[in-house]
Amino acid sequence: MKETIKITSVLTFVCILCSFLLAFVWAQLQDRVIQNEKDYFQDSLSRLEPDSVKIEELNVSGELIYKLIDNNSRLLGYAFTATGQGYQDKITLLAVIDSKFQNLKGVEVLKSSETPGLGAKIQEENFLSQFKGINVETAVECLKTETKQPNQIKAITSATVSSRAVVRILNQKIEDLRAKLNNQTYE
Amino acid sequence: MNNFLKGLWREHPVFRQLLGMCPTLAVTTAAKNGLFMGLAVIFVLTFSSFIVSLIKHVVPNQVRIAVYTVIIATFVTIVDISFKAFVPDMGRALGPYVPLIIVNCIILGRCEAFASKNSMKSSIIDALGMSLGFSWGLFILASIRELLGEGSILGYRLMPGSWNNLIVMILPAGAFIVLGLLVAGMNKIEQVKEKQT
Repeated sequence: MKETIKITSVLTFVCILCSFLLAFVWAQLQDRVIQNEKDYFQDSLSRLEPDSVKIEELNVSGELIYKLIDNNSRLLGYAFTATGQGYQDKITLLAVIDSKFQNLKGVEVLKSSETPGLGAKIQEENFLSQFKGINVETAVECLKTETKQPNQIKAITSATVSSRAVVRILNQKIEDLRAKLNNQTYE
Repeated sequence: MNNFLKGLWREHPVFRQLLGMCPTLAVTTAAKNGLFMGLAVIFVLTFSSFIVSLIKHVVPNQVRIAVYTVIIATFVTIVDISFKAFVPDMGRALGPYVPLIIVNCIILGRCEAFASKNSMKSSIIDALGMSLGFSWGLFILASIRELLGEGSILGYRLMPGSWNNLIVMILPAGAFIVLGLLVAGMNKIEQVKEKQT
């Protein structure tokens, strides 16, 4: 009995001490961590739409999207994040689309763990620049050969799965958002 | 002194004891990743060893592993938060491998095999030796992989322009190949040294 109490109290004491230490560290650093995440989002956003000076959050039937507004308070377009399954793990994308939901202004990868050297190339300019100005009124297509239509992009050689995943995640989200936005206007 | 040096070479955690294989193989795709992983382990192992050695007479035998794990997890979480706060790029690159230091057997291994039986001073020295050994091991492994796979080290291009990147080196297979060669090299050097004496 005495032994049991000793074991329990030592373990409990160590755990409490450690939680205090962690709470202290987190209290000191949480502002920086949250700020860094915001900065990263902001940086990606301004790479996609350098003219936006104001961002307004907009709730579309439960989906959070961002209205991008320029100096003269004109609507430049919308930004949204999209997450879906990649080759190894989930991929999170940030995309900016024009105000009419017709052309993409660009796509950035916020989070991915695709194969280094192969699938990880979805984060590179060569691949992502293809999405700049692409027409999304019909679903984007991912080809292994050279592209002919304005809604087509070329997959990365030997990383077709990751390339297709990006396109699929994007298409689904755009379709979803478009349907929800239409519903809202008619309501 | 011997406690310090054994981790750097004779009982090298990666090449001689083959401990901590998960981070060794997974994060060594670029020299910078290897370097930061090493730094994280130096911090965690040194502080954990110190604390474990400090409380070795108080902790009942039955719950020692649980206590060590809580202590290690605490320091790992501190490193994880610090990376996210001060070097967010590295935090993103190392991703889940920072929290996974908790189950790195080098750390629990040194706490259990050394720090729980030795004085605080020699525990810290042992921890520094082992973690520095781990760090240089990771850095060498990562540098070779980055050099052959991307033609650069720490992002600086070293290979001539005509160099064709060996993508296999960046993939998991490359990690095993380079690790195998390094372990073999290490064994060979030891053999030669033994013959001489």
